[in-house]
Amino acid sequence: MAGQIKVGMADYKIGQSPASLISYGLGSCVGIALYDPVSRIGGLAHIMLPDSTQARPSDNPAKFADTALPLVVQDMVKIGAVKARIWAKIAGGAQMFTFTNTTDIMRVGERNTEAVKNTLKRLDIRIVAEDTGGNYGRTVELFLETGIYRIKTIDKGEKEL
Amino acid sequence: MSEDILKLSPLQLDALREVGNVGAGNAATALSQILNRKIDMTVPEVAILPLSDVPDIVGGPDAMVAGVYLRVFGPAPGSILFLLPKDSAFDLVDMLMGRPRGNTAVLTSIDESALMEIGNILAGAYLNALSYFTKLTLLQSIPALAIDMAGAILSVILIQLGQVGDHALVIETEFTSEFEGVKGHFFLIPDPGSLGTILASIGVRE
Repeated sequence: MAGQIKVGMADYKIGQSPASLISYGLGSCVGIALYDPVSRIGGLAHIMLPDSTQARPSDNPAKFADTALPLVVQDMVKIGAVKARIWAKIAGGAQMFTFTNTTDIMRVGERNTEAVKNTLKRLDIRIVAEDTGGNYGRTVELFLETGIYRIKTIDKGEKEL
Repeated sequence: MSEDILKLSPLQLDALREVGNVGAGNAATALSQILNRKIDMTVPEVAILPLSDVPDIVGGPDAMVAGVYLRVFGPAPGSILFLLPKDSAFDLVDMLMGRPRGNTAVLTSIDESALMEIGNILAGAYLNALSYFTKLTLLQSIPALAIDMAGAILSVILIQLGQVGDHALVIETEFTSEFEGVKGHFFLIPDPGSLGTILASIGVRE
């Protein structure tokens, strides 16, 4: 069993085959797997919020979709990935609790997913697979040997993207 | 520095612990009356934690839990979350429904309502004490329930806090029922602006 690198909430990690990158218990957060299939270098970001410009300044750029993703790409390129080859798979962005009057804050999962897509578009990275929305949590793992992105849930089963 | 909670004095933290103590005491009494069993509670912890460490309180982000979530309205808005390990939640439902323990594998909608009602009653008891103590009128929303990974459930609250900082102020109490092995965690997480209001109301604003 190759090394498993853990990625916490509002954090990102990069790695190289044969390791895997794993993040547990994503709710409204989004887990973005970035991967260069040739160098087998990948990164996993676990973002909490869509937009750094709509929050108070933070010391942690990994918290926001718009600031985390450029850093992941930059770090991957630094150790040998080629930007033009990098693709993305995304998962998460659930709405865990449903109230009748759904306010903006409850819709944050949806807004996170949107922000991730916009940021990836700006970075010119294509999304090859996606498992977002719903009202359940996900644990995600990116296998750097194959680029498989495994999504585990409690009662919606397990799938590989 | 944007994070006021990192600048709280020991006196202020003690005062918040007392707020938690009064609220949780009332809630434990309510729970004990519903279940007709003795309920023990821990002295509340007031913790200031990096956001990503909060799920560790209940066994890590992938622990299976049931969570009843309510919003607090009024001059000091915030969130209340009653989290139980999934097994404890199922045992609690069996107790409430008068079924032999260990009978629940899947919750029916009546079971779910019962769990939400427990959350509702606990939150009401907690907020009543808190309102009395602080002289602030605090009201609760209807409850919402989710059974899922702790990280996923907590993310709802952590995301709100993440907009203003990287740390959470958590006032947390653990309830245990000795004989049944049922336990739960009760969290009060004030919204970022509410902390000052609570501290001012109990006279420890610096």
